Formats: sequence, structure tokens, C-alpha cells
Amino acid sequence: MKWTWFHRLGSPKWFYELSGRWLPWFAVATVLLIATGLVWGLAIAPPDYQQGNSFRIIYIHVPASFLAQSIYISLAIAGVVGLVWKMKIADVALQQSAPIGAWMAFISLLTGAIWGKPTWGAYWVWDARLTAMLILLFLYFGVIALGQAISNRDSAAKACAVLSIVGVVNIPIIKYSVDWWNTLHQPATFSVIEKPAMPVEMWVPLLIMVLGFYCFFTTVLLMRMRLEILRREAKTSWVKAEVTRLVGKKHE
Amino acid sequence: MNESIFAFNSFAEFIAMGKHGFYVWVCFGITIAALVLNVALPWLARRRYLNQEARRLRWEAMQ
Repeated sequence: MKWTWFHRLGSPKWFYELSGRWLPWFAVATVLLIATGLVWGLAIAPPDYQQGNSFRIIYIHVPASFLAQSIYISLAIAGVVGLVWKMKIADVALQQSAPIGAWMAFISLLTGAIWGKPTWGAYWVWDARLTAMLILLFLYFGVIALGQAISNRDSAAKACAVLSIVGVVNIPIIKYSVDWWNTLHQPATFSVIEKPAMPVEMWVPLLIMVLGFYCFFTTVLLMRMRLEILRREAKTSWVKAEVTRLVGKKHE
Repeated sequence: MNESIFAFNSFAEFIAMGKHGFYVWVCFGITIAALVLNVALPWLARRRYLNQEARRLRWEAMQ
């Protein structure tokens, strides 16, 4: 296997050009998948026989929770890549993913709390799954604050990479919290080895929403990374040419 | 039961969501607002940055 693509990906210019071609496709996929998932999940999927219509919150709660955890794992991967290969683009990816991850953890906690009221009778309980998810949100805040507090870019990148890698220990705790401790939280809906614990009319829209959220993350991440690359590489001639081109297009 | 593909018989029933209309709509409302914000903020930041850079480049060209 050739690794040239991996090294080229480290070049901001190459990444900027490639991501510019990918971005519209991810944006279109996001809109289509989320629109389909919303209509299907809200209006077409049958109500749950126990929870009634409040179960429809699953169509945003589960995708947001998946994404919040996946994004943290991607921070850790970006951290390792940045530390080992000194790739500049890894720090851009890490810094720009963290706010999206924090938003997803926030959505997960908030929709979970609102869903908890009609289902468990309480907005919040200090349960293992919920507490571990709250810690995930604070880890995101930590990475964001650390990245902004250190003015030297290389030191900030190193510190954030280390915090991301150390914090990833929280992810298996979130995943297995429902098995390790007695909990109110229901166990996983999806599993790789078993059939979903849901009828097909319910999990197909959930799968669509999960894919839609992943495409959403990719779209927003590429938007944020492209702006950050323009900022960091502002002194290079290709960025100056690109800025001139973009501004010129607007004034025509 | 109804014959259509929808889980509700009328728009009023859809809005009511059984007894859970409040919980469902607050969740979906806040989530959609958060998603829109996540797209709008970087987009506005990009516009602001390009305008600022354009001014700087014009000023540099005049020097």
C-alpha cells in the first residue's frame, strides 16, 4: 500500500483543494438524510407501545450521542497523528472538531433530560451513563479552553493532543456503563452482532438520522477547517491568491 | 387505524404527540436550532474574515 496520500493529506494546500471538492456532496447528503429522517421519525414511524410518542426523541438523542463519542475518539486519533508525525493538519482537525463535539454532547444531555421527564419521572439522575456523558462535555470544554489559553500554537497543539488521548478512557466507560452498573438508562439499541431491539419501521429512520448526523459533522468540520487553514496559512502565496479569488467572485 | 403511511390521523394529533407534544417539540426545536447555528457561525466567520483580508491585501497593494 502506498502511503503518499497520507503525507499529502498533511499538506494544508492539498487538503484545502480536496475538501473543496468534497464539501458540496456532504452538504447535500446531510440535508437529504436529515430531512428524510425527521419526517420518517416524527410522522411515519409507529409510536412505542410503552413510551408512546415521547420515544421519537430517540431520533436525535441517539445520533447526537453517537457523534459526541465518535468525535472524541477522532480528537484522540488526531492527537496521536499530530504527536507522532508532527502533521499540522491534525491540530487543525482537533481544534475544529472539539466545538462540534461539545455541541453534540450538549444536545445528547439536553434531549436525554427532556426525554427522562415523561419516561423516568425526572429530568436528571446521577446515573453512571449520564454522569460519564457530562464528563465528556467537560472534557470537550477542557480541550477548547486549553487550545485558546496557550498562545504558542505548537505548545497548544501538544497540550490538546495529550488531553484528548488521556480523556479517551471515558469513552469505554460511557459505552459499558449500562452493563457495569445498575442504571435507569436503557441498553444499546444497535449492536453489530445482534438484531436491533426494535422493529424495522423504527430503526430504519434511526439509521438514516445517524448517517445524516455523521454527514453533518463532516460538512461543518470541513467548513471550519478550511477557514482555519486560510487563517493559519495567510502568509503563503496560494492563500493570498485564493482569498483574492474568493473576494473577487463576490464583487462581480 | 388509518390507511395512510402516517402514524397520526390528523395534523392536530401530530402536534399533540399523545401527551408528549411539549417534550418532543422542545427537543427537536432546540436540536435543529443548534444544528443551524453550527453551520451559520462558521459561514459568517468566513465572510467576515474574507472581507477583512481583502481590505488588508488592498492596503498592502497600495504600499
